[in-house]
Amino acid sequence: MRNARFRFVLVALAALALVLPWSDEAPAQSKGTIKIATQSPLSGGQAALGEGIKLGTQLAVDKLKGPLEKMGFKVELVPFDDQAKPDVGVANAANIAADKDILLVVGHLNSGVAIPSSEKYKESQLAMISPANTNPTITDRNYLNVSRVCGRDDVQGVVGADFAKSKGWKTAYVIHDKTTYGQGVAEFFKASAEKSGIKVLGFEGTEEKSNFDPILTPIKAKNPDLIYFGGIYDQAAPFFKQGREKGIKAAFMGPDGMDSSDLTKIAGTAVKGMFYTSVAGPVDVYPAAKAFKAEYKEKFKKDPEPFAAQAYDSAALGLKAIEAAAKAAGGKVPSREQVSVQVRKVKFTGLTGSVEFDEKGDPKKALYFVLQVASEDPAKWGENKEVKRLSIAAPPLKKS
Amino acid sequence: MDFDLLIGIFPQVLLDGLILGFMYALIALGYTMVYGVLEFINFAHSEIFVVGAFVGVEVLLTFKALGLLEVLSPFLVLIVVLLVGMLASGLLAVSVERIAYRPLRGAPRLIPLISAIGVSFFLQDAVRLFESIWRNSFNLVYPTMDTLNLRFNLTETIDVSVKSLVVIVASLLMLWGLHALVNRTKIGKAIRAVAEDQATASLMGINVNRMISLTFLIGGAMGGAAGVLFGVQYSLVNPYTGFIPGLKAFTAAVLGGIGNIPGAMLGGLVLGLLEAFAASYLSLLTGGAFGAEYKDIFAFSILILILIFRPKGLLGEVVRERA
Repeated sequence: MRNARFRFVLVALAALALVLPWSDEAPAQSKGTIKIATQSPLSGGQAALGEGIKLGTQLAVDKLKGPLEKMGFKVELVPFDDQAKPDVGVANAANIAADKDILLVVGHLNSGVAIPSSEKYKESQLAMISPANTNPTITDRNYLNVSRVCGRDDVQGVVGADFAKSKGWKTAYVIHDKTTYGQGVAEFFKASAEKSGIKVLGFEGTEEKSNFDPILTPIKAKNPDLIYFGGIYDQAAPFFKQGREKGIKAAFMGPDGMDSSDLTKIAGTAVKGMFYTSVAGPVDVYPAAKAFKAEYKEKFKKDPEPFAAQAYDSAALGLKAIEAAAKAAGGKVPSREQVSVQVRKVKFTGLTGSVEFDEKGDPKKALYFVLQVASEDPAKWGENKEVKRLSIAAPPLKKS
Repeated sequence: MDFDLLIGIFPQVLLDGLILGFMYALIALGYTMVYGVLEFINFAHSEIFVVGAFVGVEVLLTFKALGLLEVLSPFLVLIVVLLVGMLASGLLAVSVERIAYRPLRGAPRLIPLISAIGVSFFLQDAVRLFESIWRNSFNLVYPTMDTLNLRFNLTETIDVSVKSLVVIVASLLMLWGLHALVNRTKIGKAIRAVAEDQATASLMGINVNRMISLTFLIGGAMGGAAGVLFGVQYSLVNPYTGFIPGLKAFTAAVLGGIGNIPGAMLGGLVLGLLEAFAASYLSLLTGGAFGAEYKDIFAFSILILILIFRPKGLLGEVVRERA
């Protein structure tokens, strides 16, 4: 009996082997595989933004891999989930570094994850192009392989403080989430607000995610004109919601970490009318991004989250650099370092404007926006009003 | 230093601390009752709490979708949500005991502890999986009920929201109910007998397994109620929300004297108040040198001090004979 079954399995396997082709590639033509990795939070509270980075990159790879394929390479996307946690990001980075086919990383969302992970990429000069990391340290380390297409927190904090000044707010209370990103931008905001004459009534860091009562009570007693939250929407949204419920009347403001429709999904009317600064405007402010939005929606059945267009640009720029590096290497798969060198040389006009890197990897000129939340309906996040737009050069590298 | 400010916010901080404390107390009961009967820490209890919060939000969202939130009185809605949440969490706790703890009853004490940690991970990710398939969402928000968000002034500077009062009243009622159940009814007597000595209790005709299931049911239901109240008060829940409150409630149970029901209530209140005062006052008192972020360090330092002088906890019994 058992024997009969065994024989049946053998026959079935043999039949399968006949039906299935050995492999679906044509190995004769391929000169090798080139992989583009993404690293962003795909699970957890910040997954909405992280997913946008992955999908933006995917769209770019699908659309723009043609020239590389013509040269005989196979181009693949490998997404990694860094869970917004530094340790996970670094562990992924080790895996990425070990996969010799990966020539480019598009990521991360969180500066606190990007900084330690990029130390790993640096070991093999693997190019990382960041669509969203705004902490100054990212590029101030002056690594050849680390670049970003967006602006910086030291400038973003100043933009926020200048805007607060122009609104006539006299007092502010600053809260941050104790991460590299949140605390960093909050400190820049505080310093520049104090310089322009705004009184900072308090400066608090917290990792709390649900119960903000004890932090809100002193804020309410001090009654500031403005509360600035240096952090990300999944923590800021319940904070603002509980603040309004507690009867706090201050205006709310935050950096680009507020920029997700989940902010209004969680906080609803509490954040309607609040301001945030961003290095990435809503897709609609970039004229070139119209087609991108339509394609993204058709392919993924949702509107692009902020940074999706930046991720698209990062990937597109990276693909161009790989192409140039491959040509320079005589049509062979280029080395990681060759790609990193080419990334800095590329002059590129993408969806979000033209990008040209300075010597440390910042865009020579970056756009900064002040935006206002238009509606409590998360579906209308894309309608947020642009209040102000500035084009500011990145500060030069400090010689230490 | 601004003394008017320090004194001005005092009642508000007291209130914040009480609400948090009652929440901890409700969760701590689950730890302490199970410990009293089985002498092991049910680390899956924080997930039982989260399941209560999620069942609560699902019921509320269903009510909202059906348009019932506008029609029904918010208090009636809240009672229904509480009951459903308690039932779900209670039944879950009972099934966890049946599946993961009862087969290990005779094993060394570390074994069910490890099983509990496994259950905790399992439930966390089960909730996450379910919500990502069902609502494609990680954070769920309790729908706003306007009546509950109304605030009224107690004095010129202090105002209280209706929902804070609801949380306090509901917790008090449940704590009182549990106290009465354990001390004044036959079932309560049976549970206490099983906690005292399982073998003798079964000789006296008490069905030990049933009493243990009942203990899990009650502890789970309290946890579920705490979950719903947590969601109503702080409005945002995600599958990992339970970890920190669970840890704190466990600490509260130890502080009060683990295995001791009034101790868990007291421990919860003490911890909640310590935390609220630390978070609100630390930066005011130290001129910003120590901020609210040090609240846990401060609260836990005091706990360590208390436990140095009273190792069995505030209300713990000094000697506990075991058969």
